[in-house]
Amino acid sequence: MALNVTIHRILRHRRFLNSANSTLHLTNTRCFSHAPSPSPSQSSKANDKDPHSGSSSLKDNELAKFAAISDTWWDSEGPFKPLHLMNPTRLAFIRSTLCRHFKRDPYSTRPFERLKIVDVGCGGGILSEPLARLGATVTGVDAVEKNIKIARLHADLDPTTSTIEYCCTTAEKLVEEGRTFDAVMALEVIEHVANPEEFCKSLAALTNPDGATVVSTINRSMRAYATAIVAAEYILHWLPKGTHQWSSFLTPEELAMILHRAGINVEEMAGFVYNPLTGRWLLSDDISVNFIAFATKSQNAI
Amino acid sequence: MNRLVKKSVSNFFAFKIPTKSLCTGVVKVPGSNVAEILNENEKKENTTSNSIQQYDIAIVGGGLVGMALASFLASMPMTKQLSVAIIDSNPALSGSMSIKKEDPPDPRVSTVTPATISFMKDAGAWKYVEQNRHAYFDKMQVWDYTGLGYARYNARDVNKDFLGCVAENKVLHSALLSCIQDSDFKRTIYPLRLNSMTLNRSSMSVVEENMSSRESSSAQGQCARLQLSDGNSIYAKLVVGADGGKSRVRELAGFKTTGWNYSQNAIICTVEHPSENRCAWQRFLPTGPIALLPIGDKFSNIVWTMSPTESNQRKSIAEEEFLKDVNSALDYGYGPHPTSSLSGTQDLFSWFQMDTTVSANESFEVPPKITKLVSERMVFPLSLRHANSYASKRVVLIGDAAHTVHPLAGQGVNLGFGDAYSLSRVIAEGIALGTDIGEVNLLKKYEAERKPANISMMAILESFQKAYSVDFGPFNILRAAAFHGANYIPPLKRTIISYASGEQNFPVFL
Repeated sequence: MALNVTIHRILRHRRFLNSANSTLHLTNTRCFSHAPSPSPSQSSKANDKDPHSGSSSLKDNELAKFAAISDTWWDSEGPFKPLHLMNPTRLAFIRSTLCRHFKRDPYSTRPFERLKIVDVGCGGGILSEPLARLGATVTGVDAVEKNIKIARLHADLDPTTSTIEYCCTTAEKLVEEGRTFDAVMALEVIEHVANPEEFCKSLAALTNPDGATVVSTINRSMRAYATAIVAAEYILHWLPKGTHQWSSFLTPEELAMILHRAGINVEEMAGFVYNPLTGRWLLSDDISVNFIAFATKSQNAI
Repeated sequence: MNRLVKKSVSNFFAFKIPTKSLCTGVVKVPGSNVAEILNENEKKENTTSNSIQQYDIAIVGGGLVGMALASFLASMPMTKQLSVAIIDSNPALSGSMSIKKEDPPDPRVSTVTPATISFMKDAGAWKYVEQNRHAYFDKMQVWDYTGLGYARYNARDVNKDFLGCVAENKVLHSALLSCIQDSDFKRTIYPLRLNSMTLNRSSMSVVEENMSSRESSSAQGQCARLQLSDGNSIYAKLVVGADGGKSRVRELAGFKTTGWNYSQNAIICTVEHPSENRCAWQRFLPTGPIALLPIGDKFSNIVWTMSPTESNQRKSIAEEEFLKDVNSALDYGYGPHPTSSLSGTQDLFSWFQMDTTVSANESFEVPPKITKLVSERMVFPLSLRHANSYASKRVVLIGDAAHTVHPLAGQGVNLGFGDAYSLSRVIAEGIALGTDIGEVNLLKKYEAERKPANISMMAILESFQKAYSVDFGPFNILRAAAFHGANYIPPLKRTIISYASGEQNFPVFL
């Protein structure tokens, strides 16, 4: 219990570690209004698992927490079960939007042939592997070394997925390396990031002109508090307590705005709805809890 | 003969008994460039060159349901690029056996429902069935020995042309085989039996340990490994158990089953009668139902359920005696004919006058007199069995391997075809979303779709079987009332017909 409380506090504080002024801690640092955001000393995509932000003790706690369950990434009955169940629904959305955007045959078995896709925050590769099976050239990045190791081992078990390139790095570093992709995926990552605006700028920089960016996250609504935090973490124990911070959720409008500021235009949004009777997730228009956004970078953008 | 009976016992369902002879030899087919059959030498070369064949799907059991799955997969654009291995030691799969039209009908037949016919039409296999002997029937009459009631069903009640079609199992099987051979589906037939199976169920930590001691089979780490009876192995991402009621796959994968043996055997044979028959007849006798199904020309198929002692006796008596027994069972034996109540009881239901069914106006008919026995009599024990779950990681069960039912409604193989259809759609959906087809969450979707439908059908058949095994006055009247209800209440009759035709998955009376 004590550990949970500690982690909770650490997670809350992580976001404000970069702010030079401690008084800003009290105001809403995630202001997406015209006021300038507090400039952090480093603009890295500070993932919870980012080894650079924070003291070494913090890093150990964070990494230990995720490393402890990283073995279970591919156990479809384990702690990542909700993600495994949601995965086909996310892929259905990705498949239909990307096929339409890149003008691919929706009835083909490998519609993403020759498309370069990056999975930011890939974890154990739950999204990367199906994308590779659909024909894409996939690069998976995650800041937690153990996740990359697990992902690499699992991908090597199947010849179709062994072509995935996994790197233990961050989106910012990829931008520095000058890499670009036809499609950038950041699913269930942005709610764990210290500075979403900078993160979106990195995502934009990684996307080719006329490329696609897909971001999914949880809405900052009362319903999401009730379902994704109270129900999922405390009642049903689907997620470890403290996985999500309600204050770090983004509303669809906020996400669209910061993506727009980064030069990416949201074209389509959909929600994921869980049906407790069938135990399955469905795509729907209801974006009040989990939602996914498909955006494109205009052709003229740099 | 005993061997045949023993092996066939495991595959008995509906009115069908597929051929599964114990052939472990390798069958070579000259000039067959479509079905690739590996001979022992080739296989030995494969293992010495250290490349064990890997397939996407291994279908263990190439009977009606296994081949149906293969042909459904071959006909869909999402799945036709999959590589499939079919493991069955039946020589009929080599395609070298052809059906001679002059032969009398085989006693092993199945009744296929309109739903199954539409699945086969979608896959492009039905046209081959129509090239051989088959019999559509549009009328059905069900009654019992008490003579208190009867029910007649007509396809016109539901505005259809036929209630079902009866075809020999070998006709259905070769139609499915031809359908697969038509397409350029990548399938390999292994004329062998399955010895054992290793499923990689290890967690990631175990995989890590094994990494260091891995040999060359790194890419097969995620697959199931099947050891065949000639000592060789193949790898497959998904193993489908379509190997019948005594399924080896079910045993090896550790699926538990529930069920019991009925203390009944069924005798099947083909008979001849002077005029053509387009009606399916079923009479419930105290010891079990006798059914007469048209099979084409002037032939019909008899399925007679009775106690084991009676069945052994009836099997061995002379042909004339047997035919006398059959005619008596269909006619005046055990009890009177039901009176066709065109007046009387129909007044009770006169408020349905506007909505009567065609068959409500038909009077009771006596089935045709049987004049000749044209095949041998075969006897099979009957049982009910249901696997507690149909899917686990990398393994899934379809057809009789998942469920065995009483033949009294001709549903057994149709449930199996429904399974094959549903599984093929689930696999296609999985491929469309890049899923690993052996993943248990995907296979559970198939189970969630088919299990309730199969269980409700089994419950209904079981209740029929129990209801007709009791000979008790008041109970007989209840049954007669049920007959009258089914015959004269049009919405109920229509629901019954569409449920039995497979158009509805659940018998919801609406």
